[in-house]
Amino acid sequence: MKKSINILFFLAIAAGLVSCNNGNDQRGTKGQGGLASNAAERVYVAPGEHDEYYAFMSGGFSGQLSVYGLPSGRMLKVLPVFSQNPENGYGYTEETKPMLNTSYGFVPWDDSHHPDISQTNGELDGRWIFINGNNTPRIARIGLQNFKTEEIIEIPNSAGNHSSSFITENTEYVVAGTRFSVPIPQKDMPINEYKGNFKGSLTFISVDQETGRMGIKFQLIMPGFNYDLSHPGRDKSHGWFFFTTYNTEEAHSLLEVNASQNDKDFIAAINWKVIEEYVNNGGGKMVPANYAHNVLDEHTHTATSTMLKEVLTVNPMDVPGAVYFLPTPKSPHGCDVDPSGEYIIGNGKLSADLTVHSFTKMLDAIENKKFDGEAYGIPILKFEDILAGVVKQPGLGPLHTEFDGKGNAYTTFFISSEVVKWKVGTWEVLDRQPVFYSVGHGMIPGGNSRKPFGKYFVALNKITKDRYLPTGPELTQSAQLFDISGDKMELLLDFPTIGEPHYAAAIPAELIAKNSRKIFKLAENKHPYAALNDSETKVVRDGNEVHIYMNMIRSHFSPDNIEGVKVGDKVYFHITNLEQDFDVPHGFAVIGANNAEMLIVPGATETLVWEPKQVGVWPFYCTDFCSALHQEMQGYVRVSPADSNIELSWSLGED
Amino acid sequence: MKKAGIIMIIGSLLLLGLFKFPLWNIMLGAPQYPDPLGMDIYIQGIEGVEEFDIQNIDGLNHYIGMKTIPKVEEMWEFEVFPMVIGIMVALGVIIGVLGFFGKLSYKWFLGWFVLMSILGILGMYDFNLWLIEYGTDLDPKAIMKLENLDGTPMTYKPPLIGYQKMLNFDVDSWPGAGAYMIFFGMLLTVVAFFVGKSASKKVA
Repeated sequence: MKKSINILFFLAIAAGLVSCNNGNDQRGTKGQGGLASNAAERVYVAPGEHDEYYAFMSGGFSGQLSVYGLPSGRMLKVLPVFSQNPENGYGYTEETKPMLNTSYGFVPWDDSHHPDISQTNGELDGRWIFINGNNTPRIARIGLQNFKTEEIIEIPNSAGNHSSSFITENTEYVVAGTRFSVPIPQKDMPINEYKGNFKGSLTFISVDQETGRMGIKFQLIMPGFNYDLSHPGRDKSHGWFFFTTYNTEEAHSLLEVNASQNDKDFIAAINWKVIEEYVNNGGGKMVPANYAHNVLDEHTHTATSTMLKEVLTVNPMDVPGAVYFLPTPKSPHGCDVDPSGEYIIGNGKLSADLTVHSFTKMLDAIENKKFDGEAYGIPILKFEDILAGVVKQPGLGPLHTEFDGKGNAYTTFFISSEVVKWKVGTWEVLDRQPVFYSVGHGMIPGGNSRKPFGKYFVALNKITKDRYLPTGPELTQSAQLFDISGDKMELLLDFPTIGEPHYAAAIPAELIAKNSRKIFKLAENKHPYAALNDSETKVVRDGNEVHIYMNMIRSHFSPDNIEGVKVGDKVYFHITNLEQDFDVPHGFAVIGANNAEMLIVPGATETLVWEPKQVGVWPFYCTDFCSALHQEMQGYVRVSPADSNIELSWSLGED
Repeated sequence: MKKAGIIMIIGSLLLLGLFKFPLWNIMLGAPQYPDPLGMDIYIQGIEGVEEFDIQNIDGLNHYIGMKTIPKVEEMWEFEVFPMVIGIMVALGVIIGVLGFFGKLSYKWFLGWFVLMSILGILGMYDFNLWLIEYGTDLDPKAIMKLENLDGTPMTYKPPLIGYQKMLNFDVDSWPGAGAYMIFFGMLLTVVAFFVGKSASKKVA
């Protein structure tokens, strides 16, 4: 009897499998879009082989930046930027905690959106990648030699740092615009007095060409609209910056209705070269501010946070010829400039059409004063006079446009869930492919440069529904890789991402792989608590603080027996990895630590604080499987009662 | 005889290459070391092919109880070998110059070659003795004490020349640029001998 039930059960399962397969087949044919016939071959990167491109995909609400290889879609690493990362101790170690300091105190999370790679002469140079933190306005710089967050600067007078972080074509500036307008300076006032009183800041951050060091050059204080996205002019329009706006209605509540009333909002065209000159000649007003500037020192392996107390603001009214408004239909979202710098695309997310402005016509309209009124004193150019063309009815809900460098543009449509390829200049639609589902940004390697590498297009999708095995109510988001080298876009691959793959930037691997660091040299380690050899190891008490100068090498800690620590002490494990061999990090974890582990790469020193609360003998160990004797890589700390008089002592290898 | 003298001088001067180029090179590759670790053996000392190779080889060898790779001051050879080479170069040049002016018989060229060959063989013999010691004189407290299938303790002598698999390592041991320069230089001294011989026959 039991056996027959089993057989029945088996048959039922088998039937289920068969029917499931049928279902998948049907959905598969429906849901594969322009799948290339030999797609597998074209994305297959054999074991041991390397990808052709590095793709840096933002983690969105994870706050991090992920590194993928293209075309394989393999994740290579998650680089912690704005969020703590217990995996390696970022934001938990004493060295990295200052990176997450802000004027609001320690902020261990953010919403990272738009990565952009540094450029020289409008071409990717692979020195640094910048990314914005949306929620607590910040810009981070990640060095592409160490693949580490090296600097974070907070943006004062900003809220919802969304039209960021886009860079000019010689990396002169990283630009950060506010999505939410706020009182500047902040003050206690009724929300319904928004109109006319709230302001939007557009921040130009200069970049030192040697060190990458960022500093706010000036903040342009604009009318209280929402500054949604931005892009630099390039080539012929180099020197200008373009920001889309919505909520030119200046609504403060129920924006989905109240900010969707105007037939046209604006693209703000900013001539930053004119403002730069104005500022260099002493223009602008220095105002009190309070914002953090956090910098990691490569030699001490330690970040420091400095609070800056003033910022230079510029009123656009004071700089004639600096700012104009380009009327653009229906709450434009993405603001994209083609590689020649001539065309400025406003992706009017509530419009069925795509509006393309001409830079040449814009200059002409400015020169001939073809104005259609003004807003808060800023001239509004006549829509008809600056219009280059309209892409008619390409889809629903256009968000962002990228370019392939061969005269084609690729616009993403969130609502109709598709990518549409169209011809720059003739505005004719050439191809369309569905995406799965609801694409936000799209990305072509080098897309924000004069020289895109038009081989692949990556769609960054918000919704996956049935695309992968289900994982409960919370699903992954995804990226989809298209080959765009031919006339038609061909879908090659669909792969999950971390957080929200909000936007991405990609670069040929050959430009940066060769620069990737293997180890830090011990001889260059200037950490004040480094123990560069066994004779420098020691344990020092300073009141209730105990500093352990420790080092590690396959396969032991030195020292590994420590006595004299007491309940109530604050114990600093300063640990130096003595290895000078590639890919031999060691980890460190101690029982009951209220923070995380830390991972220490060869030649570096990191510090974890441990506050023992119980008397006993407590172990610590290496968390990274470093060697055949990794399991032996351990030690003990003896913790005595608070009133004990046991002296500090430490040893390695003694009986 | 002039030509022979010049060839003799050039041949012996080529030995100076040993002061600049490695005599021997040993590379150690393993699954974890796709870019192999390597040591270049000069007459004045042993250096890593890459900056930290020696330190990393020593780090790995401590598991099987091998001694660290000798520093300059730990081996008399690194003091004596440069002197021997220096003397032989000087001697070769003097013989060549005297030969050039016809003050010496071409037979001296061969004499130099024979002496150098004997010294070279002694040098290789000494080098091999060091390799044996390095590979077999293991710390009795070694972390890993491995045995061969027959139960004898495993030793780790790198090959004097050629390829050998040792545990997880692929070991390649080959002459370096310096060795080729000696080889070619010594060959030239033999050529000098024959050139000198035929010149002296013509005169006769």
